[in-house]
Amino acid sequence: MLVGCDGALSIVDPAGPAARSIALLWWVMLVGGVLIFGLVMVLIALSFRKRAACEDDAGSARLWIVKLGIAFPVTVLLALLAYGLVIGEQLLPRESGETVIVRAEARQWAWNFSYDDLPGRTTQDVLHIPAGRPVDISITSTDVIHSFWVPRLAGKLDAIPGHVNTLRIEADRPGTYQGLSAEFSGSGYDRFTFQVIAHDETGWQAFLTGETE
Amino acid sequence: MKALERHREFSRIWASAPGFKGLFSTVNHTDLGRMFLVTAFFFFIVGGILAMLIRAQLATPHSAFAEPDLYNQIFTMHGTIMMFLFAIPTFEGLAVYLLPKLLGTRDLAFPRLTAYGYWCYVFGGGMLLFSMLFGIAPDSGWFMYPPLTGAISSPGINTDFWLIGITFVEISAIAAAVEITVSILKFRAPGMSLARMPIFAWYALVTALMILTGFPPLILGSILLEVERAFGLPFFQAEFGGDSLLWQHLFWLFGHPEVYIIFLPAAGVISTVLPVMCRTTLLGYGWIVAAAVALAFLSFGLWVHHMFTTGIPHMGLAFFSAASTLVAVPTGVQIFAWIGTMWKGRPDLRLPMLHILGFFVTFVIGGLTGVMVAVVPFDWQAHDTAFVTAHLHYVLFGGFVFPILAGLYYWLPHFTGRQRFFYLGEAAFALIFTGFHVTFLAMHWVGLLGQRRRISTYMPEDGWTTINLISSIGGFILAIGIAMVLIEVILHMLTSRRSPRNPWSAGTLEWAMIIPPAPYNFASLPHVTSREPFTDDPELAVRLASGEGYLGRPNDLRETLTVEITSGKPDYHVIYPTNTHLPIIMAAVTGTFFLSLLLKAYWCIPIAVIGVAALAWRWVWVLGRKQDLPVQDIGHGIELPNASTVEHSPGWWGSLFLLVANATFFGSLLFGFAFLWTVAPGWPPPAWFDASAVELALGTTGAMVGAAAIRRARRANALRQPPLAWLGLCFAGTLTVAIAAAAITLRVPAPVEHAYAATLLVLGSYALFHASLGMLMVAFLVSRTALGFTSAARKTEFPVVQLWIDYLGVIAILVFLVVHLTGWLS
Ligand code: HEM
Ligand SMILES: [Cu+2]
Ligand SMILES: [Cu+2]
Repeated sequence: MLVGCDGALSIVDPAGPAARSIALLWWVMLVGGVLIFGLVMVLIALSFRKRAACEDDAGSARLWIVKLGIAFPVTVLLALLAYGLVIGEQLLPRESGETVIVRAEARQWAWNFSYDDLPGRTTQDVLHIPAGRPVDISITSTDVIHSFWVPRLAGKLDAIPGHVNTLRIEADRPGTYQGLSAEFSGSGYDRFTFQVIAHDETGWQAFLTGETE
Repeated sequence: MKALERHREFSRIWASAPGFKGLFSTVNHTDLGRMFLVTAFFFFIVGGILAMLIRAQLATPHSAFAEPDLYNQIFTMHGTIMMFLFAIPTFEGLAVYLLPKLLGTRDLAFPRLTAYGYWCYVFGGGMLLFSMLFGIAPDSGWFMYPPLTGAISSPGINTDFWLIGITFVEISAIAAAVEITVSILKFRAPGMSLARMPIFAWYALVTALMILTGFPPLILGSILLEVERAFGLPFFQAEFGGDSLLWQHLFWLFGHPEVYIIFLPAAGVISTVLPVMCRTTLLGYGWIVAAAVALAFLSFGLWVHHMFTTGIPHMGLAFFSAASTLVAVPTGVQIFAWIGTMWKGRPDLRLPMLHILGFFVTFVIGGLTGVMVAVVPFDWQAHDTAFVTAHLHYVLFGGFVFPILAGLYYWLPHFTGRQRFFYLGEAAFALIFTGFHVTFLAMHWVGLLGQRRRISTYMPEDGWTTINLISSIGGFILAIGIAMVLIEVILHMLTSRRSPRNPWSAGTLEWAMIIPPAPYNFASLPHVTSREPFTDDPELAVRLASGEGYLGRPNDLRETLTVEITSGKPDYHVIYPTNTHLPIIMAAVTGTFFLSLLLKAYWCIPIAVIGVAALAWRWVWVLGRKQDLPVQDIGHGIELPNASTVEHSPGWWGSLFLLVANATFFGSLLFGFAFLWTVAPGWPPPAWFDASAVELALGTTGAMVGAAAIRRARRANALRQPPLAWLGLCFAGTLTVAIAAAAITLRVPAPVEHAYAATLLVLGSYALFHASLGMLMVAFLVSRTALGFTSAARKTEFPVVQLWIDYLGVIAILVFLVVHLTGWLS
């Protein structure tokens, strides 16, 4: 359990394309980070060796500062930035015919979801989506700032009064996923959670025709 | 005169009043530095106890220890105390204590201001402590996002304690920053050019400049939010043309630089202590200075990385993500320069060095996780989880607490004149190091498993129980380590083993004096020819004590000298004010102002304002003289003019940097206006300002007449003609500005109905405030002149007033243009 990755709210147990690419990003960064950390620690440890003092300040400045201090991080960071930008680009909500559109409105301490495909129907604290199809959530708030977050499906996006933000989520498989409001909102914040139910094709049709409770 | 006799004479001149009571009237930087440090350490303990409560609460699921309402106060106060009442004041205290000693001089530029800043800190911190003891402490998290902190969601007084108390404490940060900047630029030993300054001074300079430009946005935000709460002006309410995102921008425009304001002084400690521990000199001094300056600039371009989840457009995200990752480069330069320093020398595992190693391990991890959260997609997941809490503690604890502990053990013999006797410190380090990493490594992981920050409890099903328990155990190990440091420091002060002078064989000037230091620091000021004067001349301490340097003759005045900024050539001679209760009284009256706001006793505000103005008048008045001072002989055949006869006195420099902060405040206000106009929903406003060409012309002319007249007054004074008529004209011009500004405040459309009108009201009030201040200053100069306190030689107050009148002119004209043009354009 202690070192496990699974969990209903785990970022590293992804169940959708967005969360998966971010989880991969995390593992890549973790490995890279451990390597860099190891390198720095080895360099520090080696300085304790017994050896003749080095008097060539200009030479060591070139090595330590120009090569290790500037060239090395610039290279690593540029690569990482490019990787991050590519992923960020992929996660953007782009136009596509089969996108489902949902409006999510937060208040202290409940979420109301309404569906463009099913005018007039709203659900509270339970969001219904079809599995395997991209869903765009238009997020806003009527009182304070909240944040819409389903860790196993995608990153979070804030619900801000007067603004509407759009987040793309998608679940690979039908199932129930836990969602959280992830911006501190006062005394009811602990229990401010919701559920996402991803339906298979028949389940979704049933929901759209109003058969699902 | 013998060295001992000289010591007695100087001690008599410079000493604070004896005993405990002396603390209330002291203006001595050594005393005040110690007081700052002790108070800050006290707040560290308070913040630490709150941290223990947090970890106790989170140790088990379904914790019944604290209800959410209480828990919210606990974590908010923990963060607030650590950031505002521990970290920043620790920097201030360290800088106040060390700088004059490192720079080879006798005190800071404005001794009374140091004391005023200290008392503002104590009173403001006291307000927050009071709120905590009575269970009405702030409870919305240390960054106080509205609308949660607005009057509707948080009607209680809790939020007001934060907004008002922290603004009060920030006065002390601004005061210290002005003080530190001017001291470093002007108050150094002769010969100490900028390139010969000890590295800590560079870091302190950069930090102080960052405080001057980083704090004003938060001060502005706090004022706007408090005004919204108290009077209903809707700056952050979307339905009335405000926007809660404006707060986030203002807060993080402060909040990100704040992290570097905390880190840079600590890096200054590392750069000072590390080479001594390695028996060598710092590798790449110039590079390190450049890296610190680069960090300062970059850090103002990163704030949006705290807002990656607020729906910023994609291009903006890419820009701020790039800037945030690239800030790792100057940090890398410093880290590798330090490691290179270790390679260059022979590192010794003495206690300060252990903490430096603790710093390396912790801070490098914090930096790496920092780069991770700077990558936008990852931040969308990690934001507002325990992962971020863990990251920020790796940076703050690693980047601040470990270096400060290194510094504490390094300078402890200097503070007390004693040697370490009980070797608890090594065990304490082991506990702190292990405890810290157990606590916070675990929190990274539980964050990845979805634990949000700021929750007061969780369920067993969440699967976080074991990790949280481990984290809490680590927290308590850490706490035991900190307690041992405290015990050791107390024992240290009680034991009597005297330390040898310069126990670490350091080369900087703070060790070239008796320890604990005498109130005057140096019996005579050194002539500096390198970065490590004490290494070059091991006899330096003795020679200074026997009066071989500058200003070695006691003559009943607290004297020092200033230097030209870059070259370090002696510039002019300065006489300091002596012990006084003025600072503490002034701080108390300032506190009355804030208290009246807090308690909504608005009738008391004018009284407090008049009180502050009267005290400020007296503050400056007592520095005057009725006779010209001749040039002063400082020894070694050098004669210097006195500060009262120069163009750019310390007061002028202080005003200049205060105005830098002020201009940042004004700029943030204009930014806020533009932001609301372009981004906020709910525009256009229901009613526009009714622009008036007459008022615009009148106000603008008044501003220009004021600026021209003060110049003529200054010239007249220099030519020995009476300047009073010109001063009168200047007063009239300033008065006209005040009238035009007052007209704006009276004529804006209903400010509670829309953020547009509310912002105009603030702009008008800002101009009105500065015009009143200008009038006060001109009136002061008139009294001075009329009573014979100025002369062609004693001219130094004219340029100071001119600076403020010029500033008034610029901001007033901008305000008039902005206000009236928005009326016409619409
Ligand atoms: C003494 C050891 C410390 C421990 C065990 C500790 C523990 C914690 C914990 C568990 C939280 C998370 C509260 C929550 O999300 O519910 C927290 C928050 C925080 N801590 Fe610490 N902390 C320590 C020292 C520090 C220091 C030295 C600083 C700064 C210089 C600091 C600054 C903060 C800040 C800014 C927050 C965020 C508060 C908020 O969310 O509003 N902490 N701390
Ligand atoms: Cu957030
Ligand atoms: Cu930041």
